[in-house]
Amino acid sequence: MYCRKVGRPLLGLCGPGRSYSRAAVCRQRALWLRRSQHQALSRHNSTRSPSQSTVDPDEVKRFQSLASKWWDEQGEFAALHAMNDLRVPFIRDNLLNVHRAHHPGKPLAGLRILDVGCGGGLLTEPLGRLGANVLGIDPVENSIGTAQLHASYDPDLRDRVAYQACTLEELSADGAEEQEPVADRFDAVVASEVVEHLADLETFAFCCSHVLKPGGSLFITTINKTNLSYALGIVVAEQLLHIVPSGTHDWEKFISPVDLERLLESHGFSVQCVQGMLYNPVSGGWSWTNSTAINYALHAVKPRDSLQPDRAEESCPHPEDHAAATHS
Amino acid sequence: LLLGRIQGESTLISYEVRLTADKMHKLTKAALTCHGLGRCFISEKHVSAVKIISRGLVSAEHGDVYDVIISGGGMVGSAMACSLGMEPNLAGKKILLLEAGNKKVMDRVPEAYSTRVSSISPSSATLLSAWEHITEMRCKPYKRMQVWDACSDALITFDKENLQEEMAYIVENDIVVASLTKQLDSMSDNVQVEYRSKVVKYRWPRPHHMAESIPWVQVTLANGKTLQTKLLIGADGPNSMVRRELGIPTVKWNYDQSAVVAVLHLSEPTENNVAWQRFLPTGPIAMLPLSDTESSLVWSTSHQHAEELLELDEESFVDAINSAFWNNENQSELIETAGSLFRGTLSTMMPSAGSPRQLPPSVAGIGPKTRVMFPLGMGHASEYIRHRVALIGDAAHRVHPLAGQGANLGFGDVACLTQLLSQAAFNGKDLGAMQHLLEYETERQRHNLPMMVAIDLMKRLYSTNSVPVVLLRTLGLQATNMLPALKEQIIAFASK
Repeated sequence: MYCRKVGRPLLGLCGPGRSYSRAAVCRQRALWLRRSQHQALSRHNSTRSPSQSTVDPDEVKRFQSLASKWWDEQGEFAALHAMNDLRVPFIRDNLLNVHRAHHPGKPLAGLRILDVGCGGGLLTEPLGRLGANVLGIDPVENSIGTAQLHASYDPDLRDRVAYQACTLEELSADGAEEQEPVADRFDAVVASEVVEHLADLETFAFCCSHVLKPGGSLFITTINKTNLSYALGIVVAEQLLHIVPSGTHDWEKFISPVDLERLLESHGFSVQCVQGMLYNPVSGGWSWTNSTAINYALHAVKPRDSLQPDRAEESCPHPEDHAAATHS
Repeated sequence: LLLGRIQGESTLISYEVRLTADKMHKLTKAALTCHGLGRCFISEKHVSAVKIISRGLVSAEHGDVYDVIISGGGMVGSAMACSLGMEPNLAGKKILLLEAGNKKVMDRVPEAYSTRVSSISPSSATLLSAWEHITEMRCKPYKRMQVWDACSDALITFDKENLQEEMAYIVENDIVVASLTKQLDSMSDNVQVEYRSKVVKYRWPRPHHMAESIPWVQVTLANGKTLQTKLLIGADGPNSMVRRELGIPTVKWNYDQSAVVAVLHLSEPTENNVAWQRFLPTGPIAMLPLSDTESSLVWSTSHQHAEELLELDEESFVDAINSAFWNNENQSELIETAGSLFRGTLSTMMPSAGSPRQLPPSVAGIGPKTRVMFPLGMGHASEYIRHRVALIGDAAHRVHPLAGQGANLGFGDVACLTQLLSQAAFNGKDLGAMQHLLEYETERQRHNLPMMVAIDLMKRLYSTNSVPVVLLRTLGLQATNMLPALKEQIIAFASK
């Protein structure tokens, strides 16, 4: 905490060096979103040696080949389609608890949501249909292409759903140059089935907090790091039943709810609830459960009264500064 | 067991159909993947260009996209439109009702009763948003139903809470449609209605839509307009064009029977709160209350007999009706004796159970020009849904009128589909997605199929006068009549 509070204003002062340092750190600490960093790879391949890059070209290829299959409800992403039955109501009801405005037919009208690692837009579209203005981001261009095309046919979604092929940290950093600052922009950030693919959760948590309005909600669904989740999530789901494409998950990157809570709270979030989710491979449906041993959903809130010393600083995003300060 | 087997078979059939459909999906998927690969080579910049072009195409060539289009503005289709329009979770959705006929407005209730009537159960009535209009216009409740056999003395009566509650209401179909039309007029913000609009063509979307095809159902009207919808609801009756165009197989048979309907004038005013039905070997005859002095006749019989009835002069026709309700010539002594013995045994065991026999009112005349006949049949669509399409009412299932369930089954479909669509909308789902449509199909087939089988069995059981069958049904009916718990179950099932 001390590092962050002191480090940010300090680094914020060294103006000329900032943009350079931002870009450099950005590249170094490439945030691992769901589909790896294809965009960064294609842009910076020439300037970066393979050892510096955390991007695995094989992983990029795999997800590219999957992009056009996103919208097959019985296909490889069937389990993700089915998960909407839990995660959409989870997000909707928790947001409705905070924002009590009544809009029949469009319960989330007026809210701005960021869907991190949106893939083909499986969760972005339902949130858009509920009236929210949703920005879906994903580093894989193909997924974004699929998502854009799919949403473009539906007149209800055209004006409410937008997609951008970028990482969360790129978005978080970009805002400074654009007219509209990205900081404090969203009422909610959703990262569903994303954090288990991330290499750097600290940066992720920071960026989430950065783009959220005070009082905004962070929704995460992910897989716990237990023996059971290894057995079911990787051995059974990927290798035996092929519910999830083989090689999707790396158990080492899984995180337990306790660790995730601790991480989020260290970034100022207050965790509201953690709820276990259970997939039934026979019915192909999800249900809530008390056990968080395998999959779980989490809702955290960014506090309303910001603890940051300088409010002006807050509006100007420097995620990389923070990262440098806390981790260097 | 029989019910189970029939259900099982139909599930098998639809399963096979799905399998073939799945194979087709795989083929299209392969093609789509090729396209997908092709797209990889288009640079990211062009994706937005594709998007703009496709948007242009969509809006320029094919007009607006509706959330729901209901095809057919009869009783069930109009009720569907009202029901969706009233649903808060569907507020703001674009809903359109297409009706080929004229708008049916009714400024005042016509004096003469119409021959086409429906029996509407109280649970259907509570679901109908226009029920208030209906009660303001005209409907007649009945509190008891008496069903008896022409070949024996066996009878069964149904009532609720000892005549304290209505069993059901007899309502003219015209009144139902007029009330729903009135209701739709008052909610024009939520539901659009286009009268005199005939559909000439439907185009179905591919199950996994991708870049090159329009993902919605396209509806082409006779006036050349093409509309698009995320969900098409087929409420276009027993000869449903939606069902035929989709190629959904139907299990159906004609009963080789026609129904003769007419408005009957009773010989003297009565309370007239009983629905009467008697099973003749040629088919059931029913007298349903319309007012203190009038009732509606539904007489199912052979085509030939129906034609003869239509040609009779009024007096002979009235005599024919009265004798159909009163005549005992079909009863045999053997069954008479067996029946009364059995009844005697039952009533010593359960003195309080059972019910006294009542006699139907006698008919004095018929309403002018009210005699009409139409053929009867039964049909059941093996599937109620396809990708972005759902069938409701007679388009999905057609039953024999003997149990007065036709309209109720349709309104049950409306209630079930409304509830599932409302939930889907509240969960941000695409209204045409398979998941909740499948739920609709499962839930309704689970209710409709046993009902249809029961009605059909009843029809067959009473179409004969062979002694063993008559004996069996006589004893069965008498036993059932003595078991209030079983009767309550039957009523509960019928009014679900």
